Amino acid sequence: MQAAQSVPTPAVAAERGIIQRTLRSAAWLGWQIESNWTDPLIFIIYSVIKPLASASILVVMYSVITGGNFDSPIFPYIYLGNAFYIYVAAVLNGVSWCVIEDREQYRMLKYIYIAPVVIPVYLLGRGFAKFVFGSLAVFITISFGVLFLNVPLDLAQVDWPLFVLSLFLGLLMLAMMGLTLGSVILLIVNNVYFVGEAVAGALFLFSGAIFPLDVLPAWLRPIGYIIPITYWLELVRRALIGSVAESFQTLAGFSNGQLIGILVSLTIVFTIIAFVTFRYCDHQAREKGYIDRVTNF
Amino acid sequence: MATVDRVYKNTGARLFLQTIVGRAYPRVVGLLRERTWFFFDVLLPVISVSAYVFIYRAIQAPDIYIGFVVMGGAMTAFWLNILWAMSSQMYWEKETGNLALYIMAPNSLMAILLGMALGGLFATSQRALVITLAGLFLFGVQIQVSSYLLLFSVFMLTMIALYGMGMMTASLFLLLNREAWHFSNMAQEPVYLASGFYFPIKSFDFWIAAGASIIPLTLGLDAMRQLSFPGGVELGFIHVNIEVAVLAVLSIVFLFGARWLLGFMERLAIREGRLTDARR
Repeated sequence: MQAAQSVPTPAVAAERGIIQRTLRSAAWLGWQIESNWTDPLIFIIYSVIKPLASASILVVMYSVITGGNFDSPIFPYIYLGNAFYIYVAAVLNGVSWCVIEDREQYRMLKYIYIAPVVIPVYLLGRGFAKFVFGSLAVFITISFGVLFLNVPLDLAQVDWPLFVLSLFLGLLMLAMMGLTLGSVILLIVNNVYFVGEAVAGALFLFSGAIFPLDVLPAWLRPIGYIIPITYWLELVRRALIGSVAESFQTLAGFSNGQLIGILVSLTIVFTIIAFVTFRYCDHQAREKGYIDRVTNF
Repeated sequence: MATVDRVYKNTGARLFLQTIVGRAYPRVVGLLRERTWFFFDVLLPVISVSAYVFIYRAIQAPDIYIGFVVMGGAMTAFWLNILWAMSSQMYWEKETGNLALYIMAPNSLMAILLGMALGGLFATSQRALVITLAGLFLFGVQIQVSSYLLLFSVFMLTMIALYGMGMMTASLFLLLNREAWHFSNMAQEPVYLASGFYFPIKSFDFWIAAGASIIPLTLGLDAMRQLSFPGGVELGFIHVNIEVAVLAVLSIVFLFGARWLLGFMERLAIREGRLTDARR
């Protein structure tokens, strides 16, 4: 009897099979779209140049003012925050951008809808490819910082369990935020290209990614405290270079456990929001005929 | 016997001018008609500017750097316009099927690009102005223009050279397909870095800064900063007069280069059958 209970019913097994297949196919499709437009050498150059240039702007700004004093804790604070923020743009935009590409550019969204796939899983799968590229950019940026800019990252000192846990939670949270954004984009026919960038830009400004929240005017700081990315970046910094995080008072009152608790809670909240939003927007988009709407914007 | 009225058609210089106006018109009207575009075009650079301003505040930079960031942020509007609405425009036109019509029509492709440039310049100037005003208002930046005439001249020369460069790169994009989007995407941050959008270009080694001066915004931005901010001269790369001279040379080179390259690339694209080759 117990053995019979542990065996999934054919319907559940089929559902699992669809989810796995959707995820795998969407991730592979995303990878092909991102990478097969050129040969591998140009693709690698393309993948390296953009994140390094972004980081270099900050490095030059910092060195101009401080005379190249890279030993100050503010430098690794800025550098690591900027490096890990690559994930925010990649995952959050990756999921939402998929809706735009498939509907407007490739005009395939209607065919995806009639295929035996789970749409939210498909969107997340497409975002997975961006996550892979984002990981490459994060790795390159951090390696550059450690090798050439004295970013004091000692692999032996890294709190690996905290890093892995916070990275997992952060990426899950970002994927859910991306799904929410993608769902909303299903209902927007103009200007969708700007929405993801605007959201990522606003989060960049308010999450303390590249400067401590204390630098913001007091009336803007509360925005930073309700954004989960703020806590995620703080956890990542603490895991990688604990001394840097200790130098800034913004979230010093929170222990690691409290920060993880906040991040888990906010991730659960965003997961619920993502699926509720998707259900609503998906229904509305079908009702209004937005699934195959092409605006040529 | 019925008489048929002959339709008067412009030719030569009149057709050239008519084409410029005809292509500039939708660009201006299109960008003004969709008001939310204006909102996002201003909002996104203001967010970036704000982030960079707060970084400078976090590391206690002098106030002049805040002004530099605001001016650099405003000029990003022009660079983005060059990348996405000039250089890669031929790619979009190919995707939507207009490129073949441009080539078939009895007008000059150069005039089409000039119209695109003038329309884009007009619409982008409004955005840049709003970004500058927003930056000045939000961060209390003090400006002190030493010569309005020189500032205006530098700005216009920078724009002529910049849009000339945009026309040159547009002709290169005639041959591209999907990679056009990626190349434009790749040219954003590296140019922000090389041209010193958020810091004085003098921060680089002289020869690196001199090399970066091939992008007109590098010297244009540096000259405008020298002319607009008290203390800007001390952080300037080279004397403004030299920058003006170099910008004038770049303007001529890029405009003539665009004309030559456009003809060459058009012939090449026709020969290789790439004008209607849309590979998504």
